[in-house]
Amino acid sequence: MSNPFSLEGKTILITGAAGGIGSKTASVLVGLGARVVLTDIREEPLHAVLESLPQAADGNHEAIASDLTDEASLKALVDACPALDGLVCNAGVMKLTPVPFISNEELQRIQSINLNAPILLTKSLLRKKKINKGGSIVFTASAAGVYRVSIGNAIYATTKCGIDAFMRTVALEMGPKGIRCNSVNPGMVETALIAGFTEEEKEREMQNYPLRRFAKPEDIALGVAYLLSDASSFVTGTALKIDGGMTLG
Amino acid sequence: MEIKEFIENFASQFDDTPVEEFKAETQFRELDEWSSLIALSVIAMVDEEYDVTLKGDDMKAANTIGELFEIVKSKL
Repeated sequence: MSNPFSLEGKTILITGAAGGIGSKTASVLVGLGARVVLTDIREEPLHAVLESLPQAADGNHEAIASDLTDEASLKALVDACPALDGLVCNAGVMKLTPVPFISNEELQRIQSINLNAPILLTKSLLRKKKINKGGSIVFTASAAGVYRVSIGNAIYATTKCGIDAFMRTVALEMGPKGIRCNSVNPGMVETALIAGFTEEEKEREMQNYPLRRFAKPEDIALGVAYLLSDASSFVTGTALKIDGGMTLG
Repeated sequence: MEIKEFIENFASQFDDTPVEEFKAETQFRELDEWSSLIALSVIAMVDEEYDVTLKGDDMKAANTIGELFEIVKSKL
């Protein structure tokens, strides 16, 4: 039996590829044989990630810097994209703000990056028929919103709930076309996104994790790899918790 | 930026603590009402009122309202 987890022969677009989860996802997918197209708004770190990857067997990896909240930039990315077997919508931002302090500006900004951009990117790629039959779409959603909420995190959690509903709708609409759609739903991951927390805050939060650690980016990347691979051929519309058991308690 | 105004803004994040308890030398973490939500609200208030972004470590460095005022002032 050939390895069903292999990504050989698959071309996969990853957004937010310069970030903690995105860059690790790129190297894990390439390690499993994929050719990747990377995008991020941060051009220099994006190219650094590209240069860190070993060469693909079938053609080169690519990096295309883009601002997915900008219509022209998103269109340019979609036009430049080769036919894809996988899409990983991973770009996201978070800012902790208690509800009475939410500003319209922050709400629009976070929603535009976390929710509108992945919806519009998915829509555009599907419309242009750039996702091959048998393809797989994976969103980086979150345990936040979908499984639990926490103080100060209303906007982020709300956008992730939106992604959850969108993911399931895409799965429903695209199933008959042989395109699957799922999400990974991490709890706390050791990335720059949580760098604002103090050691004490992290220590306290870790008590909510039965496995007594936060996720490493690789834990999430491996879930993404599974959902992109033929090993998950009959899995669609699923939100895969990768949270060390945090949402159990 | 005045300490008096800062103390008022700080105090307005609380609902039950009597206003006279808020002074420059008040050790805010000792207040019964202090919570992680109020800590986040203070950070958000400082952002909104003074356009200063406080990190968790900045909060940790201050024990009194006056010390927090000085940290905010140094970042103006």
